[in-house]
Amino acid sequence: MFQEIPPGLCFALSGVLFTIGAIGAITRKNVIVIFMCIELMLNAANLAFIASGNALSSMDGAVFVFFVMTVAAVEAAVGLAIFVMIFRLHGTVNADDASLLKG
Amino acid sequence: MADYIWLIPAFPALGFLINGFLGNRISKSFAAWIACLAIFLSFLTSVAIICEFLQMPPTARIFEMDIYNWIASGEFSVPIGFRIDALSVIMCLVVTGVGFLIHVYSIGYMHGDPGFRRFFIYMNLFVFMMLLLVTGNNLLLMFVGWEGVGLCSYLLIGFWYEKDSASNAGKKAFIVNRVGDFGFLMGIFLLFATLGAQGVWTLKFGEIQQNAHLLNGHLVAIITLLFFVGAVGKSAQIPLYVWLPDAMEGPTPVSSLIHAATMVTAGVYMIARLNFLYSMAPATMFVVAIIGVLTAFFAASIGFAQYDIKRVLAYSTISQLGFMFVAMGVGAYAAGIFHLMTHAFFKGLLFLGAGSVMHAMSGELDMRNMGGLRKKTPVTYWTFFIACLAIAGIPGFSGFFSKDEILWKAFSSSQGHMLIWLLAAVTAGMTAFYMFRLFFGTFHGECRASEEVKHHIHESPRVMTIPLMILAFLSLVGGYVGIPHILGGGNCIEQFLAPVFGPTTHLASTGSFDIISAAWASAGAAGHDGSLELALMVLSVIIALIGISIAYVFYVKNPALPQRFTAKCARLYHVVHNKYFVDELYDLIFVRGTLKAGGFLLKAVDDGMIEGLVNGTAATMKRAGDKLRRIETGYVQEYAIGIILGAIVVVGYLIVAPMF
Amino acid sequence: MDIISFKGVIFIVAALVAIASSVLMATRRNPIHIALWMIVVFFAVAVIYLLLNAQFIAVAQVMVYAGAIMMLILFVIMLVQVEKGEEAGGARGETPRLSKMRVAGALITVILFVEMLFGALFYRMTGRGGDYTADAVNAVGNVKTMGSLLYGRYLFPFEIASILLLVGIVGAVVIAKRKK
Repeated sequence: MFQEIPPGLCFALSGVLFTIGAIGAITRKNVIVIFMCIELMLNAANLAFIASGNALSSMDGAVFVFFVMTVAAVEAAVGLAIFVMIFRLHGTVNADDASLLKG
Repeated sequence: MADYIWLIPAFPALGFLINGFLGNRISKSFAAWIACLAIFLSFLTSVAIICEFLQMPPTARIFEMDIYNWIASGEFSVPIGFRIDALSVIMCLVVTGVGFLIHVYSIGYMHGDPGFRRFFIYMNLFVFMMLLLVTGNNLLLMFVGWEGVGLCSYLLIGFWYEKDSASNAGKKAFIVNRVGDFGFLMGIFLLFATLGAQGVWTLKFGEIQQNAHLLNGHLVAIITLLFFVGAVGKSAQIPLYVWLPDAMEGPTPVSSLIHAATMVTAGVYMIARLNFLYSMAPATMFVVAIIGVLTAFFAASIGFAQYDIKRVLAYSTISQLGFMFVAMGVGAYAAGIFHLMTHAFFKGLLFLGAGSVMHAMSGELDMRNMGGLRKKTPVTYWTFFIACLAIAGIPGFSGFFSKDEILWKAFSSSQGHMLIWLLAAVTAGMTAFYMFRLFFGTFHGECRASEEVKHHIHESPRVMTIPLMILAFLSLVGGYVGIPHILGGGNCIEQFLAPVFGPTTHLASTGSFDIISAAWASAGAAGHDGSLELALMVLSVIIALIGISIAYVFYVKNPALPQRFTAKCARLYHVVHNKYFVDELYDLIFVRGTLKAGGFLLKAVDDGMIEGLVNGTAATMKRAGDKLRRIETGYVQEYAIGIILGAIVVVGYLIVAPMF
Repeated sequence: MDIISFKGVIFIVAALVAIASSVLMATRRNPIHIALWMIVVFFAVAVIYLLLNAQFIAVAQVMVYAGAIMMLILFVIMLVQVEKGEEAGGARGETPRLSKMRVAGALITVILFVEMLFGALFYRMTGRGGDYTADAVNAVGNVKTMGSLLYGRYLFPFEIASILLLVGIVGAVVIAKRKK
């Protein structure tokens, strides 16, 4: 009764989540929303790792996800600090206003 | 003695080095005496060698010695080596002997000049290079000397370099010479290549002579023609003579040594040295003779209308060189060398005499401002007179024997032609005329100089007049080594030079190959045509006397006659006085042409193509950069799109690759 | 049809919830709503982790992502005080060129999705099986296994991660400090 989930489906799900996150990251204007979509992409990748760790009977997937989460947490902290700075400078969190890299 | 032949060029080289390095620390007169001593020692060595030669049988009179192996490349080797045979030793004697006298003269002439030491340094260098030219035993060493004398000519013509006209004249001489040297080089290359194609890799004269028969006639004609181009440049024949009149900007001893006695005769020497090649190419010999006689006539005509005494002598030199080339062209090599020797004596003397006149007249050059110098400068007067008699070809003087030999050979040799003789004889008459025009104009009549110049007229110091007297003596007796057979002499110089020219004199006389029988044959031919030769001799003397008397009439008896003559033929006079506008023609064609070509190349090639290429590359890069720059929009999300595109490509590859 | 088992059903439900929430999340206007839907996604994914025998990670997911990170994001959203709609301060209209570019980018992403789907469904996993089978791990305890691995084989990355966290803390404080 407790059979294993086929890894292909998990990967498919991971792909769907990733694509939705990518489209959201490309299309939205608010930088915080973009950031959240990026977190979604990271989650999709985590899911893929866990799925393959499960399919290959290895704990390496889980360990890797552990570190990914750590990094995501740090990234969230620093990134949001930067967004706060941008808000202070520009008065807005519109992604289109931060185009100083234009060259 | 054979081991010491290297001393001949070594002494002047040593003098050059000593004066060059120590010049400023030794006194001026000491430097001058070192220079003169160097030349004198070379002269003594040459005298010793010729004395030894005279004790040896004719066929053994060759000293050859290699000092250093300069180029060694497989089979081919070019040594630094010297060859003294009959021809070289005569040249050495002329160069060092006349050179020594001129050096002594210069001590007086250049007195007080700030470049006194520099002068003797350059003069020694010149003599060294000239001796290298005449004693080198291979074509390459000869060419080193050839270029070296060209360099020294440039240095000495432009000696007073602050004067624009002098430095320009030096440049002109060097550049025009370069044109000739190009032909010379092409000749060397062609000779080297064609001999090499036959398996003989050498540039030494002896070996070339042995293997000359391997080359075919047309090739030899081209090679000799190319060498002759070099001679035309160095010895100032048509069309490359234009540098010699301008070269008179240099100090007078320079004009005497370089542009009368030695350097300009290098071309004649070269043809004499390569006589075996020239005898294989009758076509080239004809060209040589034609150019020689045309140059002689042309230059003599210009001499009629010049007033600068040095210019008259310059054109006279060109004309006499023409005579020497006539001799070479008709196969009379010995006669040409003989005339080279006597010309060195009397032309050297004429130039030194002109220098003495300039010294007396405080630097005046124009004949129209001179006159009446007979009593005030007697030594100069009498030596100049002797030289004029010699150049006019009056019997008893040296010029008579050599010039007559040339005229006779031009008429009678198998390469000669009556028209050549005719033109040469007319030119001889013209020579007599304009030389005596110069003589009378400079020394006779009223003194037409200004008062203060008249006040200063004085005879030159002994250090200048003694060389004049020695040269005058040589101009008198120098011809007696070549008294032709019909006048009872043995034509010693021709016999002396026979080992060098011997195997080819058959072209000039009968056609036999043996040296001894050739000598007899020429004697026999002389006896056969003896009356004809005598008749021609008398005819040339008459022509010379006519020339002298016309000059006498025009310039002594009736001084107003020249004015009337030029007034009547004003246009002709104008053309001749301006040297037929040849310099202006060259300026138009070559100088302006080169400048225009340079300007065209500047605009079309340099600015258009090369700059365009470089700037175009830069502009293309800039435009490409402008286009590519649009990717960087500054919007982060568009960068994310780029990343996703990249991911698509990579994942696509990973998916597709295992299928193949 | 081994999908229709207990696990399978739960998986399908959780997957559908995740997908729906993420779609909703990507299309809302109000950032607060987006954050809340995001939390739902995280929970759904945590459920799936449980199904995949990664209990520790599931809990960590809830604690770290849904707990800490989302709280952080919510705080910042409120700090930035974006009210309805995202056009706070960016009231000027979109320049048409940009939205065209992004729409094109979005469409391109679908290609990536198709590729991923292709790879996921038609390729077999070829790796060699490891030792940590679900039963073996569960016998010892998932957390214990994770702990032994983290402090054993993966000690070095673990320490580096802690330094990373330190750096992050310091950096965040430095960046967000108000200049006096």
